[in-house]
Amino acid sequence: MLGKTANGLFWMYRALERAENTARLIETGQRIALTRMGASDEEWRSVLQTAGTLDGYIADHEKVTKDAAIDWLLRSRDNPSSVLCCVEQARMNARTVRTALTGEVWEAMNGTYMRVKEVLARKVGERDLPQVLGMIRQRTGLVRGATHGTMLRNDIYDFARIGTFLERADNTARIIDVKYYVLLPSVTAVGTSIDNVQWETILRSVSGQGGYRMEYGASSEPRDIAQFLILNRRMPRSLSFCAHKLRDNLGFLGSDYGERAPSFAKIDHIDRAYLSLDIDAVFDYGLHEFIQKMLLLLGDLGRQIEVDYRFYE
Amino acid sequence: MNDQVYFDEMLGTEGTVRRPYQPFNTWFEGEDPKHLRAKQREAEDLFRLTGITFNVYGRAEAEERLIPFDIIPRIISGREWQKLSRGIEQRVRAINAFLYDIYHGQEIVKAGRLPEQMIARNDAFLPEMIGMRPPGGVYTHIVGIDLVRTGPDEFYVLEDNARTPSGVSYMLENRETMLQMFPELFSRNRVQPVSTYPGDLYNSLAACAPEGLGRKPTVGLLTPGIFNSAYFEHSFLADEMGVELVEGHDLRVEDGRLCMRTTLGYKPIDVLYRRVDDDFLDPLTFNPDSTLGVPGIMDVYRAGNLTIANAPGTGIADDKAIYSYMPEIVEFYTGERPLLENVPTWRCSDKESLAYVLDNLKELVVKEVHGSGGYGMLIGPTATKKELAEFRKKLEARPGNYIAQPTLSLSTVPIFTKSGLAPRHVDLRPFVLVSPKGINITPGGLTRVALKKGSLVVNSSQGGGTKDTWVLED
Repeated sequence: MLGKTANGLFWMYRALERAENTARLIETGQRIALTRMGASDEEWRSVLQTAGTLDGYIADHEKVTKDAAIDWLLRSRDNPSSVLCCVEQARMNARTVRTALTGEVWEAMNGTYMRVKEVLARKVGERDLPQVLGMIRQRTGLVRGATHGTMLRNDIYDFARIGTFLERADNTARIIDVKYYVLLPSVTAVGTSIDNVQWETILRSVSGQGGYRMEYGASSEPRDIAQFLILNRRMPRSLSFCAHKLRDNLGFLGSDYGERAPSFAKIDHIDRAYLSLDIDAVFDYGLHEFIQKMLLLLGDLGRQIEVDYRFYE
Repeated sequence: MNDQVYFDEMLGTEGTVRRPYQPFNTWFEGEDPKHLRAKQREAEDLFRLTGITFNVYGRAEAEERLIPFDIIPRIISGREWQKLSRGIEQRVRAINAFLYDIYHGQEIVKAGRLPEQMIARNDAFLPEMIGMRPPGGVYTHIVGIDLVRTGPDEFYVLEDNARTPSGVSYMLENRETMLQMFPELFSRNRVQPVSTYPGDLYNSLAACAPEGLGRKPTVGLLTPGIFNSAYFEHSFLADEMGVELVEGHDLRVEDGRLCMRTTLGYKPIDVLYRRVDDDFLDPLTFNPDSTLGVPGIMDVYRAGNLTIANAPGTGIADDKAIYSYMPEIVEFYTGERPLLENVPTWRCSDKESLAYVLDNLKELVVKEVHGSGGYGMLIGPTATKKELAEFRKKLEARPGNYIAQPTLSLSTVPIFTKSGLAPRHVDLRPFVLVSPKGINITPGGLTRVALKKGSLVVNSSQGGGTKDTWVLED
């Protein structure tokens, strides 16, 4: 496979995952705004921060308002992480790697692009927002489903998965990074429930409310939520789950290509040294410091993958 | 010119349905136009979803456009096709012999059948190719011959495309679309398949690999990238052939071979089907500013370690000034009378011809010798006074840059419009594959149709559309 193709697949699926995550963040922000008494536009500041685009937003706007934040996240051309830009980027990469994709994946991707472009051509009113966000989630899910159902399990698929899970891990880490103080036992004594709205925000941002209840019951304790998001091996958006998938796929590449690349050693280290711990150890390390470290390591891993598989000249 | 009678391929000149179209016509008359209109829209949705689009140069607002597709097939009988394909084969054989000769002994010049200046003073002639024999002796691996028809048995070659002819993906996708929308039509008509093309292309390219490889050759398709107007076609063909689609920055020369950057390091390519013009192929040999090609690729080629398809320098054979000599060329190399006619052509470099052209500008089509895509041409009968005056000046300033041809009474084929069938002018580009194993012509080709009433310009960049082209099994 061409290095360029590996690069295109990696970024196609990264961008797709990011579009979906951004849609989910908007959904959560809107939900909080509608259900919490006295919710202020400041909540959107943390949504923007989680999406990693607060600086860009501030450079462009005087203050944080709900309407402007939603528009920025959904369809701004100045925000490279907006849903519109991500879907365009995913589709452009898909065109570049068209020969590596099945016809069904390409059509799902192209159809998603056409629909998203049409719907986001104009500002989305509050009334249409739930439907639009739902459509984005469904459409990106369609691409993932076509990928899952029709692609050979070869190196093409591995790079697609690596892009997906690196982005997802990054996203989950950023959610925790922005809200980490809510989870700190020093702020709320162990055993007490944290602010309902705050934990709801966190769980909703990862579509994890139902899963959390199944695993931990109805009460929400900071340590359980942290455990769920960081170390739970069954939660498909937890750091540990993502790291495992990354490790698996980098491992498949290693056996396919007959040699393990340095990136495999890196993910192996991340998994062993940081994600096989007890949640107490994470809090001992410092939740904030831990997440910062994870973000750093994930960024480093991404760069190593680029080098190992010759994404660029 | 509007009172002129054109030959309609469905209705002839008398208005009775010609034989190849009879089963189709019976079907068509039983169809509800409303249903067909819905099918026309369905076809467009299908094309858009599949991404069968082309990029228009210099137009930001609509960067990807569909080439309009018309659902009425263009139908050619097996007998008509047989005759055509014999003529095409003869012509393509002659083109390859001509190219070999031009880059070796130049016997045709020595024999006085072609003036030397046609070669020496021609930008399409590449001195780098002198004395070089391409692997398998093949110059034009892929050729598209543009044909027009003026009567039941009158076909003319309008243009030879011996560089990097495009449009074959439309031939294939048009058929796929028709099969999906009107399967019943294919039960009623025995249409010769076109779907073998990608496999034939692959085999034909592989058969031209450098000799003595001792392993299965690796084929790559070189594209200028996703912003090129024909990118869809490039990715489509690479996909269908199961070969890598590469760009200049994926390639480099290593140990005397052309190599592509894979996830496992650099791996050699043996046959490069390039969709990049000669000029951009190698910045060390040709245009030094090119980033689309590969520095040093020409050295690999000259050392015999790579097949480039088509070979560099084939443009000398499809140049519009050379075109006027094609009847002589065919005769010189095959020893036979040409089976396909050339359109009579005035070379404006010739004084008498220029005088004639200037006197009859309003009746003629004037083309740039090196132009393509329907740009920079004058269609006398439909041109405004201002356009005529401007062209007159251009002709006087650089006569050698132009040729002129009579406006042919191009045949028409009906298209489906809101008010039913309406005749529109068409041309035909069959695709020809050449390898040491022989010449392979896919039955059919790309029919381009001028969608505007009365228009003779079929180019997609100028509002033309396409049709599925059927060759029947008689």
